[in-house]
Amino acid sequence: MSRIAARFAELKSNARTALIPYVMTGDPSPEITLPLMHAMVEAGADIIELGAPFSDPMADGPVIQAAAERSLVHNTSLHDVFALVSEFRKSDDKTPIVMMGYLNPIEVMGYESFAQQAASCGIDGVITVDMPPVEAADYVPALKSQGLDPIFLLAPTSTEERIKKLADFASGFVYYVSLKGVTGAATLDVTSVEEKMQQIRRFIDLPIGVGFGIGDAESAAKVAGCSDAVVVGSAIVKKMTLNDGKTEQERSIIIKEISDILSAMRSAMDSL
Amino acid sequence: MTQLIDKSEKPKPDSVDYSAMPDEHGHFGIYGGIFASETLMQALDELRDAYEKIKTDEAFQKQFDEDLAQYVGRPSPLYFAERLTGQVGGAKIYLKREDLNHTGAHKINNTIGQGLLAKMMGKKRIIAETGAGQHGVASATVAARFGMECIVYMGAEDIVRQAPNVYRMKLLGAKVVAVESGSKTLKDALNEAMRDWVTNVDDTFYIIGTVAGPHPYPAMVRDFQTIIGREAKAQMQEQCGCLPDALVACIGGGSNAIGLFHPFLEDESVAMYGVEGGGLGVDSGKHAAPLCAGSPGVLHGNRTYLMEDENGQIIETHSVSAGLDYPGVGPEHAWLKDIGRANYVAATDDEALEAFHTLTRVEGIIPALESSHAVAYGMKLAATMKPEQRIIINLSGRGDKDINTIAKIEGIEL
Repeated sequence: MSRIAARFAELKSNARTALIPYVMTGDPSPEITLPLMHAMVEAGADIIELGAPFSDPMADGPVIQAAAERSLVHNTSLHDVFALVSEFRKSDDKTPIVMMGYLNPIEVMGYESFAQQAASCGIDGVITVDMPPVEAADYVPALKSQGLDPIFLLAPTSTEERIKKLADFASGFVYYVSLKGVTGAATLDVTSVEEKMQQIRRFIDLPIGVGFGIGDAESAAKVAGCSDAVVVGSAIVKKMTLNDGKTEQERSIIIKEISDILSAMRSAMDSL
Repeated sequence: MTQLIDKSEKPKPDSVDYSAMPDEHGHFGIYGGIFASETLMQALDELRDAYEKIKTDEAFQKQFDEDLAQYVGRPSPLYFAERLTGQVGGAKIYLKREDLNHTGAHKINNTIGQGLLAKMMGKKRIIAETGAGQHGVASATVAARFGMECIVYMGAEDIVRQAPNVYRMKLLGAKVVAVESGSKTLKDALNEAMRDWVTNVDDTFYIIGTVAGPHPYPAMVRDFQTIIGREAKAQMQEQCGCLPDALVACIGGGSNAIGLFHPFLEDESVAMYGVEGGGLGVDSGKHAAPLCAGSPGVLHGNRTYLMEDENGQIIETHSVSAGLDYPGVGPEHAWLKDIGRANYVAATDDEALEAFHTLTRVEGIIPALESSHAVAYGMKLAATMKPEQRIIINLSGRGDKDINTIAKIEGIEL
């Protein structure tokens, strides 16, 4: 069983919802991401979504775009993401890691080479924002042949036809983007999320994570009530602007702030 | 600029059905496609369906033709540049005068088409990205005419370079939003416009200004722009009773070039040259010539040639001309390059500036800096050809918007 499937099975048996924080590799400094990942697990993260930066993140809002720009100052590449995950795996072999990024860096590396390296460093799933199922005929088999879960997005505007199509491709979990718009946009409407979740569940038998618009413990708890996983991105990435993360002390300030947010979300979600 | 007439080693395909491209998912060979996030898919499907409908809708096509004639002022002349031809000493040079269109460039052909489509789809709000500002002006113009709200995204750097066009857009009632992210140029404006569209998809129509973006944009924009080539073909026939020997057009995203090229693709005797922004020289790395010096990748919803580094990050481009300062190119051009049907070359900033002055002084026509790249290469090409041969250079826009840039480069205070 993959780490992702094992983690969702374990959560299900404990009647818990997964908490999935998103952070960008190398933001704001290359040194911060590894200790931050361990701290997030400590604070209650069940799966980590690890951003791979892209120069033109079309589907992201200003917060994540700025994160990519800060990361690219250090020339963070896919190789750096792989090296980071290898390090992480030395002391954590259980927490699933999902890489999230855009297609072009993967395209340039080659799907097979990417999949082979991603799997061997310990990445479990891949979200490629600008790779829809209709273009994924080579991409999905390349990932699956290495045991990687191709994770796809669904949106409020996704039609029944596209939800069905996704069922043939997706594995691991499905990421429901709960708002029209880009990451970090306005707050979400839980009732409409619930309705869409019911529609998705009719066709897809995978855990469903909900992201976009979850900024605090209260909204995390609300979403936890109707989903299998809560993804939180912009709310914690905003903390990366507290300082440059260059010194041990600077890094510990950021790590503590993010841990506090996650702990609060975790306890709100668990007290349902 | 090494080989002027590139009789490419690649075999020219015997039986390519150019009219069958792209396929139903927007592919031109391996290029094009729909590489967009799920949040955009519904909007793209809706647009594709609407576009398929109007392609064969007589009422729409009639309205489009009427607007091109009565509002844009088409047909634009095909002008024999006799003095320029004499100075160059070679093939006869004809200029397709897109600079004489309403708003001063070919961009209006496309915005009229997409504006009509937006109206038909009941959209109340138009958004657009712009580099040189010509597409922004053309979008703002159409929005004013149709009584729609218009937001134009423009890189902060381009806003400085193209101040007259920014003011023009504001006069037309558009809101111009400065984009401060990334390289603050056209590509970043496109990113920002996409974000707006994702957020306001219900009431908003996104008018992309070039033959890039996810399907159906490359095909749709091309189809609105082929009026250029269809007219040029008929005009050349009327004036000389023959086909031209070569076509030359500048390429940023490639909409004026594909507009000229496409109606001639099946005429094998017609050579085609797309001229990219060579910046400080293709070897310098500071240029905007992905077809000459880039590699295939995925950006802005389609697979095409890109300016990218070894990690797949998009690299900043350089061109004196804001309209060519784009790291990608329309996917159909990528395909035409690979199959060897069209040739892609570059003209440097200096060559374009020189051509700008030459055309202005010799023919009394002030070309846009973008179009000056085509003029620069066209003159070199013509010089290698015989006097009985003919080339058409697409004069895609007029240069009034560039006079501040030119004056600044040349140290002249206005």
